[in-house]
Formats: sequence, structure tokens, C-alpha cells
Amino acid sequence: MLQQIEGSLAVAKATALCRPEVICAYPISPQTHIVENLSVMVKGGELSPCEFVNVESEFAAMSVAIGASAAGARSYTATASQGLLFMIEAVYNAAGLGLPIVMTLANRAIGAPINIWNDHTDSMAVRDSGWIQLYAETNQDAVDLHIQAFRLAEEISLPVMVNMDGFILTHAVERIDIPEQEQVDRFLPHFEPKQILDPSDPVSIGSMVGPEAFSEVRYLAHAKQLLALERIPEIASEFESIFARYAGGLVSKYHLEGAETVIVAMGSILGTIKDTVDELRESGISIGVLGITTFRPFPLDAVRTALSGAERVVVIEKAFSVGLGGILSANITASLGSASIKRYSVVAGLGGRSILRSSLVDFFKLANEDEIDELTFLDLNHDVIEREMHRMQTSVRPGPAAEHIVHDLGHGAKAN
Amino acid sequence: MGYQPVKFYQTGSFVVGNRLLEARDRTVQADMKRTNSLTLGHRACQGCGEALGARYAIDAAMRATEGKVIAANATGCLEVFTTPFPETSWQIPWIHSLFGNAAAVGTGIAAAMKAKGREDIRVVAQAGDGGTVDIGFGVLSGMFERNDDVLFICYDNEAYMNTGVQRSGATPPAAKTSTTEAVGTHPGADFGKGKNLPLIAMAHEIPYVATATVAELHDLEYKVEKAMSFRGARYLHVLVPCPLGWGSAPSDTIRLSRLAKESGLFPVFEAEHGEVTGSSKIRSQVPVEEYLRPQRRYQHLFRPEPNTEVIAQLQAIADKNIRRFDLLDAQSTNASEITPAGQETLQTR
Repeated sequence: MLQQIEGSLAVAKATALCRPEVICAYPISPQTHIVENLSVMVKGGELSPCEFVNVESEFAAMSVAIGASAAGARSYTATASQGLLFMIEAVYNAAGLGLPIVMTLANRAIGAPINIWNDHTDSMAVRDSGWIQLYAETNQDAVDLHIQAFRLAEEISLPVMVNMDGFILTHAVERIDIPEQEQVDRFLPHFEPKQILDPSDPVSIGSMVGPEAFSEVRYLAHAKQLLALERIPEIASEFESIFARYAGGLVSKYHLEGAETVIVAMGSILGTIKDTVDELRESGISIGVLGITTFRPFPLDAVRTALSGAERVVVIEKAFSVGLGGILSANITASLGSASIKRYSVVAGLGGRSILRSSLVDFFKLANEDEIDELTFLDLNHDVIEREMHRMQTSVRPGPAAEHIVHDLGHGAKAN
Repeated sequence: MGYQPVKFYQTGSFVVGNRLLEARDRTVQADMKRTNSLTLGHRACQGCGEALGARYAIDAAMRATEGKVIAANATGCLEVFTTPFPETSWQIPWIHSLFGNAAAVGTGIAAAMKAKGREDIRVVAQAGDGGTVDIGFGVLSGMFERNDDVLFICYDNEAYMNTGVQRSGATPPAAKTSTTEAVGTHPGADFGKGKNLPLIAMAHEIPYVATATVAELHDLEYKVEKAMSFRGARYLHVLVPCPLGWGSAPSDTIRLSRLAKESGLFPVFEAEHGEVTGSSKIRSQVPVEEYLRPQRRYQHLFRPEPNTEVIAQLQAIADKNIRRFDLLDAQSTNASEITPAGQETLQTR
């Protein structure tokens, strides 16, 4: 049914349609609206049977989900940013135990400096945790990916993280097609756990494993992710057959056919990029877009195939590995191997900075002429950085840098 | 009912005569149908109080629930020595997740059982003192505060034994650990530090809080069964000597547990909804020295000269416990007036 609603409410509705049995949550922006809505559904009896546990921390949220999932309950939680980092030990543990928990991550920057706005630093921090990571481009995507996430998680017994850009998606009100319960029930079978804590058939879960078997157990996690690589497109097709729209999959392609320049990105920024590409294509520039929907497992082959005809690849990403550069870029490079395709990495949109179409138009034009650096921080204010670097080098006790930069920018605004 | 009112002592010891009891009150371990929840093959050290306590506690929980127990275990000795995979000593559904999250994993299991309408299946979360009073404290307090239907059992051996005897928030003052060495002007752990988890648990006003030792295993079983008669959050704090960490003889585990209680250093009591409902009385009071002297972790208090000042400070702690939990009654005797302990009790029968 078409509804004009906030992304968070849409995701809450989609999650409820999946009939979770245990939901646990700790408040952190910009994820809060999702679990607030779910708490209303549980308390009001609309979502039943379901236990909503108001935990005292994100570490507890993931731990409760671990216990509930191991006891055979379909389990869900949501978090963002610092919350994800606070639960990180349990995030790794859930994956290591192979528990099919679904978690929404309302992507948000990581401090310090503390910042509540969107980027992908949080999800990138757990990219090696063993969780499957899916990225929503739109709120419709977010809805559809959640429904697919439960199916995928439970089929291969691995946790799935559905990433949706904080505020940009979570707080955006737009038209969304909320599926019918009957459709979801047809798509998502009853949860049959691969392992369960059951007094009538007792097992030990989470035992110590030494060097003699640790590699094999860890490899199995990798093998399950490779299995997910096969199942994700199939699940997307099955989803399409029931819901009459395509969502999910490994990658999304936009005007890739014959494109000399291909922009690669994840999440909501793909919308702005596609609009920009439309404009550039009208002016005769050969440019297309590759969206990464599944970041873990990383679709090496699908990316390689999609980019095989390109002359250059420009990766726009909302996170970076400090001291190295782009993270998504490094993954794209891994898939391209030694192919003679030029690669550029662009870090943009950190801490909620708007990625403007005007900036992208100019930048893509330069990129198309190979007049950009290998690594670019888009729209960076170099003057303020130079002033701060100078201060740091000339003062014995320069003090807190973040505060100085904000102060500097404030003065700059006044001077102008 | 404040404490176990059984008073049939066998000759020369405080062991309760099992055959004198009603069938229902007999010790779980004496029952041929005991579940052996924690069974043979584990790697606990000789004289391990934790292995003993866990076996009795979980078997008692199994009897109380007719075999429907799921256990969540924190990282620590109990986890490591019971599950060197592919071997496991657990005969019950058991999960180990992390060091600091046993209570929350327990909450998750309980929530799952509630959602599935299987509230006949009960949850026990267990941890050592580190996993309880330190790293697991936040989630434990959360579980208490929400009154989740979980029995949390802390097996307290008063330090991080699994990692090599480092100080925890449950390490008593003056005790030597590998991070509170017997060096400097104030050897061992500092006075004025550490936390009393049973009292903190009581402050949450949860339905049931109790302490026990492995010297009185029937009392431990009774408290587990009592705990299982409540719904909601319950806390059981069991003192479990660690021969390795305490520097005591494996054969002294039971004796030290008893001396901890009989000296007043470890008060054995019960509380319901935040109020103490009874305490296990000291039968034959001993000065704290008798408890301290056999343990190498307190050796610095006696060599080269007895450190009377510090021993007096520890005695003051015991005396405070005795007042606070009303540990002496008319039947209590003073061990300094009789030797060996136990004879007096026999003669007064």
C-alpha cells in the first residue's frame, strides 16, 4: 500500500511485517524513530507475539539479540555510530556464532569530534566483522532490503546489517509502497534456526576453539558469505516475483553501457549522482553509475564485469581509512586487479556535509579529463586546514584542533 | 523463613543428615536421578570451588524446573574448563557469548521463551566475580532493573583467576593478587575499595538475592530452588575458593569456605525485594586469622611478624558483617573457647 511516511516508520513497518519475536534497542540518533515506532506496535499489541526489551546500552542490545536468536527467536535491533562501536565486541560475536540477527544501521559519523550526521564511518568500522552489509539507496530500498535481510540471514545463518543513511533517509518523508502481510508471509518462511538452545536437545554453543580448528571455523564464515553472494541476486528475483518490483541484489547499474567514466558509490548519494550523470550525459559526456548494494560479501566478479568497459572509475565514498584513503575504493581496486582502468577515490559527505550536485558536476567534468588527483576530499576548505596546521607547528600547546577550526570558520564568516 | 531451619548435624561435622530429611528436602546430589548438568571431563583444577558450586547450583536448578534450564555463561574459568571443544561437560543447553554480557544474553533467552510461550523453560546466567562485579556489571544492573526472568549466579573467587589472579572489584582488602602484590607499605589490595554485589543487587529491589558458600552445599541447593520459585530477576552470590589464586591447599576448599562464613568475613544471607529476610548464623565463631592464615595471598600478614593492625582491620570488617547481617544467635559459640571446632556443637545436642 502506498504511504507518504518517514523512512524510519517505513522500516519499522517493514520489520514488523517480518514478525520479529524479540526487539531490543537503545536510543541513539538517527536510529531512534525506528525503534520508537516498533515499541508502539509491540505495546499496542499490533506486533505480537513480540518482546520489546529496553536495554541499558548497545552492548546489551546486541547481547540480548544474541541470546534471543540462539534461543530460536527472530531477533532485530537498530543502532548507529557510537552505538555500533559500543556493541562492537558483540557484533563480532553474533557473526562468529552464526546468528541470523537483522540490524538496521542508520549510518552516522563517529567522533571525536562528536557529530550526529550522516556518513559511513560506522559501518566501515565493522566491515570485517562477518556481518553481511546491504546499503539502501532510497527508503523504498530500505523497506525491501529489510524483508530480504531476514530471509537471507536465516537461510545462511549469518547476521545482516541493513544500512540506511542517517537523517537523509531515516528522517525523509516520501512515498513508499509498504507490502502486504500476505506477501511478506509468502516470501519469508517461519524461522527455522540452524542451531538452538533447547532443553529437549541440549547443545553447547560458543565453546573455545584453539589453533587446531580456528582457521577452519573462520574460513567457514567466509564460505557462508560467498554462498550469500550467490543467494542475494536469487533472493532479489524471488522478491520481485512476489512484490512486483526489483530491489536488493549485488550492484545497481545506471547507464553503464559504453560509459567511459563510471562513478561508484553506496547509499542515498546515488540519487544525486544519477541526477548529475543525467545532466552530463545530455552534454555528451560518456558517464554512468555503479551502485554497490551488497558491500559484504563484496561482489568482486559483479563489479569487475560491470566496470570492464570503463576507462576510468571514480569512487565516491562517505568514509576513509585514516592514513590510507578510500575504503570502498580499495575494494573496487581489488576487483579490478591489473586491468588498465584509471582509479580515483573521492571522500565526500563526511559528518553530514551535503554533497552538492553543483560540486559533482564540476568534479565529474574534471574527472572525465583525468584532471583530478588519485585521492580527493571533496569541497575541502584548504585555507582553514593550512591555518590550523601552521598553528599546530608554531605553538607549543596548540590546544584542541576541532574547536579551533570551528572558531576559525566562525571568524571567517564574520570577516566576509 | 530466614534461613534453612534444619538442625540435624552428624557427629563431628556440620553435615546435615540427608536420610533424616523428607524426600523433597534431600540433597539433589544424593539423588540417583540428578542430572549431572556439569559432568566429568572438565579441566578445573583440583579443589576448584567454582566447579563444585556450578555443579550443585545447576543440578538444583534442573530439579526445580524439571529439567528445563538454559544457561548463559560469561567468559572465564568456568567457561574455559568446561568447554575445550569438541568436548563439553555441559549436559544442558549452554551458550557462551562474551565476558561482559552473560546477563544480557540471559535476558535475550528469557525474552525468546516469553515470545514463544515457553516460560516453563528457565534461564540461568553465570559468571565469575570479574564477569559479574566488573565487566558485566552494566548489563547485570540492566537485567536487574528490568526484572528480567533470569537467575544470575556469581561464582566469586575474589579475583581474575583465569587470566592469572589479577585484582577484581570483588578482591578483599589486603589480599595479594598479581596486580596488588605484597609489596610496598600497604601490601595487597587496598582497603576502602571494592563493591558488595549482593547489596547492590538488593538495591534494585529484585525478588530474591542470596549468598552461599560451597561449604554448605545443601544450603546452596536450597537457595537455587528458592530462587527458581520466583519470577523475575534473581541473584545468587556463591563464594568459591580458588586454590591457585588463594594459595591454598586443594583439600582446604571446603574448610576455607566454612571459615569465611564462620569468621563473618562472608555473610550468608537471603533477601527478598530489597530486604534481608534471614541470615545463616555463625555456629562457631572464629577470628579472621584462622581464615586468613592458610592462604598464601594473606601470607604477608603473618610474616615475618603478624601485622596485627591490618588483621584488626579485617576483623573489623567481619565484626561489621556480624552486626549488619545479625550473624550471631544464642546457639553460636566462640571457637576460641573450644577446640576442635565442632565438638561443642556435638556436646550440646
